[in-house]
Amino acid sequence: MRIINRYPSTPMRWVLGLLPFILLLLVYMGASEARLAENPNDKLLPGITKMADAIQRLAFEPSKRSGEYLFWQDTLSSLQRLGMGVGISALIGLVIGVGNGAIPLVRAKLSPLVTAISLIPPMAILPVLFIVFGLGEVSKVVLIVIGIAPFIIRDLQARTLDIPSEQLIKAQTLSANSWQLIIRVLLPQVMPRLLDAVRLSLGAAWLFLIAAEAIAATDGLGYRIFLVRRYLSMEVILPYVFWITLLAFAIDWALRLISRKAFPWYHSAQNQGGQS
Amino acid sequence: MSYIAISQLWKNYGDHVVLERLSKQVEQGEFVTLVGASGCGKTTFLKMLLGVESPSKGQLNLQGAPLKREPDGERGIVFQRYSVFPHMTVRQNVLVAVELRHQGWLSRLTGRLFGKAKQQALADVDAMLERVGLAPSANRYPHELSGGMQQRLALAQALIAKPKVLLLDEPFGALDPGIRADMHVLVKELWQQENLTIFMITHDLSEAFALGSRLWVFDKVRHDPQAPQAYGATITYDLPINQQTANCDDTQQVLAKTLSPHVDLSTAQPEKAGLAAAESE
Repeated sequence: MRIINRYPSTPMRWVLGLLPFILLLLVYMGASEARLAENPNDKLLPGITKMADAIQRLAFEPSKRSGEYLFWQDTLSSLQRLGMGVGISALIGLVIGVGNGAIPLVRAKLSPLVTAISLIPPMAILPVLFIVFGLGEVSKVVLIVIGIAPFIIRDLQARTLDIPSEQLIKAQTLSANSWQLIIRVLLPQVMPRLLDAVRLSLGAAWLFLIAAEAIAATDGLGYRIFLVRRYLSMEVILPYVFWITLLAFAIDWALRLISRKAFPWYHSAQNQGGQS
Repeated sequence: MSYIAISQLWKNYGDHVVLERLSKQVEQGEFVTLVGASGCGKTTFLKMLLGVESPSKGQLNLQGAPLKREPDGERGIVFQRYSVFPHMTVRQNVLVAVELRHQGWLSRLTGRLFGKAKQQALADVDAMLERVGLAPSANRYPHELSGGMQQRLALAQALIAKPKVLLLDEPFGALDPGIRADMHVLVKELWQQENLTIFMITHDLSEAFALGSRLWVFDKVRHDPQAPQAYGATITYDLPINQQTANCDDTQQVLAKTLSPHVDLSTAQPEKAGLAAAESE
């Protein structure tokens, strides 16, 4: 049988999928052990037990200075900022994106502006945000919004324009006014696409969040990583990176699940090759 | 006064004349089938009836008043595809037609009905689904339906809004022959029961004869070989369809001849113009 026609069984797929991760882990452990054998104080590739100790200290023992459980405090702060930033972006994206897609007069006004804003490198105006909004939470949330909202707007505008004109005409022959047409025909069809757009922009959102936290914050996952960097604390940095990856994966997975549960028509129509 | 009056209708895009000198009267309850070669303005004419395109010259009146230049509740439409809303179940697709028509402020604001009004509407919806044979599929989504069932749904959706004119744009063009015959029965039945006024575009001459009460053939009568776009098409035959014409092989053959050379040569523009010019002489 040709190799292109050979499909792994479900358990086999799991094994094959996990294999690279296990291999990476083994390579790391081997390298770490070799370095530690040479110099027990080596900081570059800490052993698993050392990382576990560090997380044990940060996650399950109150900080000696503030009495907080730093790991959870960092996670909560970061997720709050990320949630606010992404949530606000999604809302802006939905309102302006669908508005642009549905109403030519709005599109004529806003579309060039959105395109221009989307071309500004968000990190370049981070100092402006710090000056205008201070070093508090607002500037971090605004950075995320500026970073991802234009992308969501443009994506949703395109998705709205993709809806076949036959449907818009049909709704009008059923006596729909413009508002009814937007909320009954366009919005519901754009919602699953909004979730898609949010999933795609999450990577960028994390990037902006960690960048903002690295520069000015008193807690947060990005703040901690950049703080302990000064002491070469790889045993904290590596678990934090792993944790951020895990959180990002969990959020993405949750969004996909919500989309599947809430919009069954979208996913099954997609599987059929996206017809109708 | 006629139900629909078309007088001296012209449509051109710049120099390109699509339709010219179109004048017809249509009474309520007529079923007009439109046939003609591709590019002969049938679709443009239907779009003008629908309000998506507006006439360049001339009048298009419904019950004495000019048709609105945007689609509205007076005209229903069934397209060949994409006529139903993919995010609603069959039942919701028909219900939404009732909900959008409702004139209450809440319905205007939300596009939905609630409580008692909704129950009443649902009773109508279910009766309509029963008539088009979709009652067993009421809770399925359009992508789960076959092409024929989707078109039944589109018909139900259009009909429950009680349009004054129903426009069908090759509604059965994408269906298998067997399903198409079922749809013919359904459409004919609904037309007779509701006293609908229908305009239907079709490429299938036998379909045009089987369904309609009147047949319009769109064709170009004037040709300028140097400037093929200078003259538009118009209605060249306006036949009442009855036992005689429908069973007369001669009429069908004549019509098939008028239509087929254009269809066959639609890719070869100059020849087509020349042939047709010779024909009209």
